Amino acid sequence: MDKVIEIQSLMKQFDGFSAVNGISFSVEKGEFFGLLGPNGAGKTTTIRMLYGYSPLTSGMLRIFGMDINTDCRRIKARIGVCQQENTLDPDLSVEQNLHVFAGYFSIPKKEAIERSRELLDFFALSHKKDAKVIELSGGLVRRLILARSLINRPELLILDEPTTGLDPQSRHQVWEKLEELKKFGLTVVITTHYMEEASQLCDRLVILDHGKILVDGSPESLIERHAGKHIIEIEGPDQALIEYIKRHAVEYDDLGNRLILYDPEGKGMNNTIRQQFCNEKCIYRNSTLEDVFLRLTGRELRE
Amino acid sequence: MVYKKIWKVNFLTPLLEPLFYILAFGLGFSGLIENVHYGGVDFSYTAFIAPALIATAIMWNAFFETTYGSFVRMYYQKTFDGMLATPLSLEEIIIAEISWSATKSAGAATIMLTVLGLLGFVQFPMGLLLIPLAFIGGLAFGAIGMFFTGITPTIDMFNLPIFLFITPMFLFSGTFFPVSNLPDWAQPVALAFPLYHLAELARRFSIGTSEITPIISIGYLTVFFIFFTHLALGAMRKRLIQ
Repeated sequence: MDKVIEIQSLMKQFDGFSAVNGISFSVEKGEFFGLLGPNGAGKTTTIRMLYGYSPLTSGMLRIFGMDINTDCRRIKARIGVCQQENTLDPDLSVEQNLHVFAGYFSIPKKEAIERSRELLDFFALSHKKDAKVIELSGGLVRRLILARSLINRPELLILDEPTTGLDPQSRHQVWEKLEELKKFGLTVVITTHYMEEASQLCDRLVILDHGKILVDGSPESLIERHAGKHIIEIEGPDQALIEYIKRHAVEYDDLGNRLILYDPEGKGMNNTIRQQFCNEKCIYRNSTLEDVFLRLTGRELRE
Repeated sequence: MVYKKIWKVNFLTPLLEPLFYILAFGLGFSGLIENVHYGGVDFSYTAFIAPALIATAIMWNAFFETTYGSFVRMYYQKTFDGMLATPLSLEEIIIAEISWSATKSAGAATIMLTVLGLLGFVQFPMGLLLIPLAFIGGLAFGAIGMFFTGITPTIDMFNLPIFLFITPMFLFSGTFFPVSNLPDWAQPVALAFPLYHLAELARRFSIGTSEITPIISIGYLTVFFIFFTHLALGAMRKRLIQ
């Protein structure tokens, strides 16, 4: 398979602080790739290097087989970027925003008008095409930014927290559109804080922390490997349970008055625990990516 | 290649203001001052300041556009961030901003030229040279404005270059009185002001005389533009590329 992105020992330093500290990964054509991590883990910095916004401190970054340091302009012509912040022009209408942006890619006027119409249709924005950006709700703004990032028919789409701050309806709609784009064979790199979003959309993901990659794999394999299929949460654990856990070397997290028990290797310990120690304050559930994330990056607040 | 695809911001520049100056100075002041002896010729005071008002309008338009206008686009609207995700480079964006400010200056100068021409303060066809002149002047002031945008932490801080640089220049660049009326020690200072050269050129093209050779003034403005464009690019790179 073709590699769309190849990264090796990528580093980014700001005044001696390493925001990205030697990461390596690659993304294949048609893949939906996730970059996860707590605030300050280096996600946005990585993304910014991907679209040529931040120069690399060291390492190798190739997109479409071209080096970002030497072919930045040719690379940028073939990617679409949806930044975290709203970078739309508030003075212009929805449609004009797309037209002006098309101009930055030197797309001929006629073609720009046609593509804008298609994209507004696709993102259900046609009824708002003459509205001023300033009048749009958060969900509409996000859809417009997404539409704008596709104006140059990119082969690689880079999304930096595309659904942060959206209501559940808008978020699901964005997911739906992203799923559709995925079907067209678009390669996508996404950062997000929503584990649900990552598990639903991503074929493969990495979890970053302190500028390094902690794990790499598909959402399912990561869950299986690091949390096991199921999890037991027990509130107010008694001494007997704690002794049992220690004796059988069960993997757990102690949250004070709550214990979370993992079963990554599928030892089948769950049943025993459930039968012997579970009273009413006991939850047995499927593991999620969030469990993996919290296990790997810790539970303390970051900022 | 420079992309000039910038926003069609409304053209409501403070154009009336210089016209008010003409009225105020022409009607009010000219009673106090009979004639101005300038470049070997006597002019009415209004005829003397009319070309300088075009020069100041060129300055204000370009300077405001690349200070407040560009700062809002850069800092509040994040427009530059969005543009940097396209094949555009920072250099192109900055130079396009400066060119746009110069275009705005030329537009303002054209409107003023029409009004002042109708009032008989400008000789034609030579006066038409004021339009390309406005573009050159706009580039010079747009460049220094962009440099201030590159180093100014908050939008309120633009007061500083305006009070320390623009206002004194507005008053002492041979705009309201000939620089030759200034004391000897002050004359070289005025000569260093880009507005002095712009005002001189505006007079040369509209009333046919000036204190200084036009080619020197054009050269000065061009060097000023190139110098501050380089500084602006450096400041912007430092500010935006991280």
